[in-house]
Amino acid sequence: MKALFDFMDKNIGPLFEKGGKFERLYPLWEAGDTFNRTPGDVTPSAPHVRDSIDQKRLMIFVIYALIPCILFGIWNAGNQFNMNNGVEDATLMTDILRGASMVLPIIMVSYMVGGIWEVLFAIVRRHEINEGFLVTGMLFPLILPPTLPLWQVAVGVSFGIVIGKEIFGGVGYNILNPALTARAFLFFAYPAQISGDKVWVGTAKTAFDNNPIFGTVAENVDGVTMATPLAVAAAVEKGGDAIKAMADQGFTLFNMTMGNIPGCIGSTSVVAIVLGMIFLIATGIASWRVMLSGIIGCAAMGALFNVLPLDNPFAALPFVYHIVMGGFLFGIVFMATDPVSASATNTGKYIYGFLIGALTVLIRVANPAYPEGAMLAILFMNVMAPLIDHFVVQGHIKKRTAYARALNNA
Amino acid sequence: MASAAKKLLMDPFSDNNPVTIQVLGICSALAVTVKVDTAIVMTLALTSVVTLSNVVISMMRNIIPPGIRMIVEMAVIASLVIIADQLLRAFLFDISKQLSVFVGLIITNCIVMGRAEAFALQNPPKDSLLDGLGNGLGYGIVLIAVAAIRELLGFGTLLNFKIMPENFMGNGLVLLAPGAFIILGLLIWAQRTVSKYVEE
Repeated sequence: MKALFDFMDKNIGPLFEKGGKFERLYPLWEAGDTFNRTPGDVTPSAPHVRDSIDQKRLMIFVIYALIPCILFGIWNAGNQFNMNNGVEDATLMTDILRGASMVLPIIMVSYMVGGIWEVLFAIVRRHEINEGFLVTGMLFPLILPPTLPLWQVAVGVSFGIVIGKEIFGGVGYNILNPALTARAFLFFAYPAQISGDKVWVGTAKTAFDNNPIFGTVAENVDGVTMATPLAVAAAVEKGGDAIKAMADQGFTLFNMTMGNIPGCIGSTSVVAIVLGMIFLIATGIASWRVMLSGIIGCAAMGALFNVLPLDNPFAALPFVYHIVMGGFLFGIVFMATDPVSASATNTGKYIYGFLIGALTVLIRVANPAYPEGAMLAILFMNVMAPLIDHFVVQGHIKKRTAYARALNNA
Repeated sequence: MASAAKKLLMDPFSDNNPVTIQVLGICSALAVTVKVDTAIVMTLALTSVVTLSNVVISMMRNIIPPGIRMIVEMAVIASLVIIADQLLRAFLFDISKQLSVFVGLIITNCIVMGRAEAFALQNPPKDSLLDGLGNGLGYGIVLIAVAAIRELLGFGTLLNFKIMPENFMGNGLVLLAPGAFIILGLLIWAQRTVSKYVEE
């Protein structure tokens, strides 16, 4: 192995370094090199903190944290398909195969198209390929419905990477979370494929979909109409009972916690998300302050709507429901904690998280046009995060100046 | 054409474009660019207003008292805009309805006032005419480019002719104001990359 590395360092590496033949393609060499081994060059002098967690490992850890959501999402997409298309010989195996046939192409397109943009910008701007894309490319598919056309995945991820990130200067400079930017783009550009009640459960359309290894589809239907819990809750008439309306559709608190319900690929199961959350908090990768205050904000706003005398059954829904349904929990755990677009100060993180939770519920209940508020709430607070930080820092300065003055006068 | 006159006319198209370099007239560039036909009519209206206002103000430049020059400029521009608006209503009623208040709002368009203040007050009528024409068309070329992109991606048509294939799915975002902002931003990016212009 060492002989191989020595050979590469001596003979191949220099081709890509300054003055080499493939100088412009240096980002590709660097990415492949550091992805496969730890580089030998380290900063030699003080005062650098050395830790085993560098950016590459940080991003890989987020991917590890997403594994429960990915696996559950694959099974759930297949299971929803088989339950609603009259597949009688469905087993756990066919559920997974069916789900994989729907979800894996979306993940692959997201990585491939996004990767092309990433490499292109790295070469033109002569910086290294950033690992942040590993996470963006995986988060984006998980917040899409499993039936989304693949060309829309490609267009969406292109928008997210180029407009959401690269034009600001790449990872570390982006104001918005790129995966959410991509989703917001699709949501406003092609609403018919990403919202409504026809997009959450797939149907067999091609010969490939009817392949018997996925189970036998009794009859091909055009589309399956299955609303998400949020749509059901928002549609309850005045004077109705939202809890009962949801339970009639199978959206009990238990089912929504387990996650075997129609919804975006990775964000239906509270259990899977909490597994990822524990991993992220235990390894110290994501901020527990944002998560905690976000959940508190969501609960507080939900509870406030509960006690307000509004003639709106959605507002009367117990606040616990708001935490477990829709994309809120996935958003607050994996998207809101993105270290680049979140608040940087600790006090700021509490405010930022709390407002995301509160805004999510506010948008859900008060704005009938947008059944899911988590996406818009996080994007909005991404924009506000620098402002929050500014006031937190100013507050510190004011406090310390007052203290210094008091010392001088004493 | 003499090179100085050519520079007056051609500069606003690229090196000193009122929209992509000076970033003026953005409000109407967002509002009337959903379709190409409205953008073309808006271009004609604005170009004639800015050209004529430049000529008129340039001819009066020596008799306008400096203290009330803004009011005089406003009066000239407002009269021209009202004429343009009435002409549109008479001959292009449908498009004038689509443009709604934005023809009237040419009065407040920074390009018109800006050219009057910055150029017509100091230069003879012939130069002012070329300057107004260049700036109006320089604004229009960006307007029409944005409108072409929005109409093509949003409706799949250009000047109401179907361009895209039958199963083309219109992009809803480009028809909204944020979509126009993004397209305009990308155009500015492209234009400044080509012309190597850097804001100081």
